[in-house]
Amino acid sequence: MRGIADERVAEVWERLVLEAREAGYCVNPDDTFARELVRGLLENEARYGYRACPCRLASGVQTRDIDLVCPCDYRDADLDQYGVCYCALYVSPEVNRGEKTAASIPDRRPIGGPAAEAKEMEQVRVAGLAFPVWRCKVCGYLCARPQPPLVCPVCKAGKERFERFM
Amino acid sequence: MLEPKHVEGMHNKHKVFLYTLTTCGWCRKAKALLQELSVSYDYVDVDDQEGSNRELAKEEVIKWNPACSFPTIVLDDKDCVVGFQEDRIRELATE
Repeated sequence: MRGIADERVAEVWERLVLEAREAGYCVNPDDTFARELVRGLLENEARYGYRACPCRLASGVQTRDIDLVCPCDYRDADLDQYGVCYCALYVSPEVNRGEKTAASIPDRRPIGGPAAEAKEMEQVRVAGLAFPVWRCKVCGYLCARPQPPLVCPVCKAGKERFERFM
Repeated sequence: MLEPKHVEGMHNKHKVFLYTLTTCGWCRKAKALLQELSVSYDYVDVDDQEGSNRELAKEEVIKWNPACSFPTIVLDDKDCVVGFQEDRIRELATE
C-alpha cells in the first residue's frame, strides 16, 4: 500500500460516481469494493503517473498503456457482454440494480497490448468534409472539428484517446 | 530472487500459490476468501516487485497463464486457475 489518504480516495470516488451518473454509466454499487479500486487507481497514478487499470499489470510506459488508462478502451464492450468492466469499477444498470452479480471476467485486451497487433483503424475518406471527424476510443463519441476536444464530453477520456475516424 | 509471502491456515493439503496485484479487487477477494476458509497459501504481489524481480515474476506468471492476468493461482505446481473463481477456491477447503 502506498498510503493514499482515505479522504482523497473518498473524494475521487464521489466525483467518479457523479460523473458516471451524468454520462449514463454506473459505478459498482458495492461501495467498499469500488473505493478500493479507486485507491488502486490513485496508487497507480502515484506509481506510474497515470491511472492504469488496477487489475492489469501496467508497463510503466504511458504510450504503451494508453488503452489501460481508466476508463479503459474495453469498458463499454465488457459492460455490454458481461455487465461489468474488467476490474468491475463500472457495472451495467442490471448489476447496479442488483438483478445480476458482478463476476471476474476474461480480459479482452490483446496479449501484450494493442501495439502488439497494431493496425490503423480503417478510415472512410469522405471528400468535401469541412472538418475531420474524431472518435473517442473509450465511448465512441464522434465530433467534427479541427482537433479532438481536450476531454471527451461523454466519458471524460483525454484528447490522447481520440482517433481520426473520417 | 522472488520472495513469496506466506499465509498460514488450517487447510494445507494443497500447495496454493498466487500471483496478484496489490491494487486489484479480484486479487483482494481471492486472498480474503482463502483466509476466511483458513487455507494456507503463498503469494507474490507482482506490481510491488522492483527491478529484475518484476520481469522474473512476469515470466513466471506467463509460464502458467500466457495472458499474464491476475489473480493467477497455481495449485500443487500443476493446475492453474485464472481470475477469481470462487467455487475453485472453496474446493480447497473441502478436500
